[in-house]
Amino acid sequence: MNVQAPALQDPRLNRPEPFTPRDGGFFQRDRSIHPPAYAPGYKSSVLRSPRQSLLSIENSVSEITGPVFGHNDLGPLDNDLIRNYAKDGDPVGERIVVHGRVLDETGRGVPNTLVEFWQANAGGRYRHKKDTYLAPIDPNFGGCGRALTDDNGYYYFRTVKPGPYPWRNFVNSWRPAHIHFSVFGSGFAQRLITQMYFEGDPLIPICPILTTIPDKDALDRLVAPLDLNASTPFDSLAYRFDIVLRGQRSTYFENRPEGN
Amino acid sequence: MPQPLNYLKETASQTAGPYVHIGLIPAMAGFDIFENNFSNVLVTPNTQGERITLEGKVLDGSGSPLRDVLLEIWQANAAGRYNHPADRSAGALDADFRGWGRGGSDFESGLVTFETIKPGAITDKAGRKCAPHVNVWIVARGINIGLNTRLYFSDEEAANAADPVLNLVEPQVRRKTLIATRGERAGKVVYSFTINLQGPDETVFFDV
Repeated sequence: MNVQAPALQDPRLNRPEPFTPRDGGFFQRDRSIHPPAYAPGYKSSVLRSPRQSLLSIENSVSEITGPVFGHNDLGPLDNDLIRNYAKDGDPVGERIVVHGRVLDETGRGVPNTLVEFWQANAGGRYRHKKDTYLAPIDPNFGGCGRALTDDNGYYYFRTVKPGPYPWRNFVNSWRPAHIHFSVFGSGFAQRLITQMYFEGDPLIPICPILTTIPDKDALDRLVAPLDLNASTPFDSLAYRFDIVLRGQRSTYFENRPEGN
Repeated sequence: MPQPLNYLKETASQTAGPYVHIGLIPAMAGFDIFENNFSNVLVTPNTQGERITLEGKVLDGSGSPLRDVLLEIWQANAAGRYNHPADRSAGALDADFRGWGRGGSDFESGLVTFETIKPGAITDKAGRKCAPHVNVWIVARGINIGLNTRLYFSDEEAANAADPVLNLVEPQVRRKTLIATRGERAGKVVYSFTINLQGPDETVFFDV
């Protein structure tokens, strides 16, 4: 049986807007809400951050287009992390549903876009050949999944809540519980990877990776609230996580085609 | 106070981390979970165009290769047409070419490869030809927001010299950081590239 949609999807969906494709450039990215490339509190960024200015280019067809995915790319269990790697039972951990919408900066849902997610298991251990944390692998948990948004930009998946884990930055650095997200949008310039955190986690304000984000509101928007109304009684709690991609203009600037 | 504009703000980026393979290339993490997997092979036997291998490394500020980096590429087909509804240029679509792939670097050598075709020249809205190129997006542990760059082709000197984006790169000496070098190995065409995150040969990265 496939994972069932949460009973409550999105109270705002009773006024769906028709989606009309746009083909202009994307809105200029507001870099002030993103972490800077060089963020010395996150030590790995020091040698991996470009030092020259980025070259700003008007969007051309190379940036406003991007890969198109369909349901043929996915399998029926891809959005069910409780079942998609189960061998002899369910994975250990708190059962949760994560749901939300992929929107653009104008508030429109982004339909039919690929959302991928990956995470540690309930003990904070990743199923990865390079992860050597002492917490055990869960034989019934792979830790990854993916979904296509529906016509309203809505997605959901079922999983277990990931655990926090230590990592080498300072000697006592711990990651708050988090789920990694990869999102495409309609154009390659919207491509985004981010992380979702959980409301109330005391590790959030002291995380060297999370605090690379200079804008407090932008940081708060990565924290998913408990959504009790969308939970499944006697089964799973729910967390809500909306993702916003760059908005797009309707048409090219025909009079200034440089870079188009 | 003026009326509020009420745009939403883009979600902040976060690093893909060292275990990005779990979600995007699980076979590299060491397990098999999905029926359909995305990969660094963009071609099928029926894809139109000249078969090429793109091969390169991403180097950090010490000159060491990143061994946990993930690259995605997005490109036009051999006719210069992107497989996307917003490309309304005249070139024919190729049903056997999505034009997108992802590859992780080898955990020992740091080498990243793609099996693809050489894209055609792209026609912009003003009708100008843009030099053939591949769009590249780079994520890894320590990279806080994905890096956008391009790869052009060393055997396209005339087209490169006229390309509107390459011509924006100043000082001119930095243009060479965007050009992959054509060679041959065992009868196959291989374009080699090096992406330098820092240093005197730092690659040009774009704010797109």
